[in-house]
Amino acid sequence: MIHYLTAHRLAEMMGKGEISAREVVGLHLERIEELDQHLGAYITVEKDRALASAREADEKRRRGEKLSPLSGIPMALKDNICTEGIPTTCASKILDNFIPPYSADVYERLQRAGCVLIGKANLDEFAMGSSTENSAFKITRNPWDEKRVPGGSSGGSAAAVAAGMAVFALGSDTGGSIRQPSAMCGVVGMKPTYGRVSRYGLVAFASSLDQIGPITRDVRDCALVLNHICGHDRRDSTSVDVEVPDFEKGLEQGIKGMRIGIPSEYFGEGIDRGVKERVEEAIKVLENLGAVCDEVSLPHTEYALPAYYIISSAEASSNLARYDGIRYGRRAEGYSDLVDMFVRTRSDGFGREVKRRIMLGTYALSSGYYDAYYKKAQQVRTLIKEDFDRVFEGCDIIVGPTTPTVAFRAGEKTDDPLQMYLSDVYTIPVNIAGLPALSVPCGFSEGLPVGLQFIGKPFAESTLLRAAYAYEQSTGFHKMHPQAKEASRDEI
Amino acid sequence: MITKKDVEYVAALARLEFSEDEKEELTKTLGDILEYAKKLSDVDTSSVQPTAHILPVNNVFREDRVEPSLGRDRVLENAPDKSKGCFRVPRVI
Repeated sequence: MIHYLTAHRLAEMMGKGEISAREVVGLHLERIEELDQHLGAYITVEKDRALASAREADEKRRRGEKLSPLSGIPMALKDNICTEGIPTTCASKILDNFIPPYSADVYERLQRAGCVLIGKANLDEFAMGSSTENSAFKITRNPWDEKRVPGGSSGGSAAAVAAGMAVFALGSDTGGSIRQPSAMCGVVGMKPTYGRVSRYGLVAFASSLDQIGPITRDVRDCALVLNHICGHDRRDSTSVDVEVPDFEKGLEQGIKGMRIGIPSEYFGEGIDRGVKERVEEAIKVLENLGAVCDEVSLPHTEYALPAYYIISSAEASSNLARYDGIRYGRRAEGYSDLVDMFVRTRSDGFGREVKRRIMLGTYALSSGYYDAYYKKAQQVRTLIKEDFDRVFEGCDIIVGPTTPTVAFRAGEKTDDPLQMYLSDVYTIPVNIAGLPALSVPCGFSEGLPVGLQFIGKPFAESTLLRAAYAYEQSTGFHKMHPQAKEASRDEI
Repeated sequence: MITKKDVEYVAALARLEFSEDEKEELTKTLGDILEYAKKLSDVDTSSVQPTAHILPVNNVFREDRVEPSLGRDRVLENAPDKSKGCFRVPRVI
């Protein structure tokens, strides 16, 4: 089954001439044609462009050029990552006709590595959501059970990788939007340290929290993709100029003696029994591999979610002020004057959840409420970061669940925003503190994938990858795949 | 704690408009979220500095050099309305 192979395995096969990039890309395109009408992972599929770049990759190989391990590998990009000449909609009506005149830094880097863009993946509008149900265009289904959501907001990216419709994908993670859908779709997803990957060309949601990262089929692929997207970019003033190590190196060193903190707050009220059991089993596996696991406390965890919704909505309300119907995007018709044009354009162009967040953020920043909400949330942010600093004095990484539940049913939480927000309760603190974290599959509950979250110190992605790799190799959950079309019938 | 009047006031600030039904829904859901956010007032932050940004990066300077940027045509490609190399907007004055 070619469509479930990893990038590093495909690179090996292409190197030996066992398969061409043209064949790999062709097979993935066929798979999209067969499945995506149903799954809805893609907003745009770039068939001709993908086949052309695959042929180019094969040509380079024939000429004996030095190729990156990702050369000829088909990938999906979340549709909030700008791609020159290719529509970038953010799953919003207000950008449904937007064709960026420039590319995101990550896309430029991956193009240089020879990756083949196969399509742009569905998301919650402007990455605001946890189920990919807030897309203005379509919902994405979970490949493990089509009655369930894939998580979100990078639900299209995670579903595409899980269903064999892309070898890897990029998502963006503001409060868990890479790790949560990766957990729910049974794939590997990483949010790197804030500042590690350039945000140039990522459509902004909450600038102090957003970070781009890979969604892959195993930990080695995560390291490989990370190798190609990290690095300083002066077009993003928050991009940090630190050395980028070879993340693949050291993967196999094992975790003997590694000190792992298990935060008791991540196993409290609201966690499903099945998720809790899988994570506890995973912790035993880590201990058997030689890690020393100790309970730790992150006492301000319960305040992370309310702080996050104030901070992220405040930043969103300011970032989304740019959609005014003047320079790009949709402009409403029938307006009477300039202000009326703004109002009609924005009211008609944004969806329900996006407007709710703009309203919440505008309220929190408005005169008289600023100190009570926004400043307070930023002070709590300091305390959450200090919780992590303290714990990291005594341990190398933190391990816990990625999400409190497995993938929930479509429609289950759409009318209750607070319930929806709670599905990110274990991922949000990481964004607030700017830390790196990844989710790896750690088994099943109710027949659906469960994710194990590894959280690291700033810029310690290598340590996280080493721990996740050791865990993955001793369990093998990453080799389990949904039965695609059959899955829904089995599960219902 | 949040009234329909608040919703209308904030909507005007945000350049949004809502139907009566939407206003009612927003009054409720925003009220619920803000009520939940009240939880933050349990935390004593009297001596805590706010964190706006997680990185210890302050001003980032670069050489003041002229470099190529997008051409005017490319910049205008996505404009809903344009005229003579400019974005066109409704009359303001």
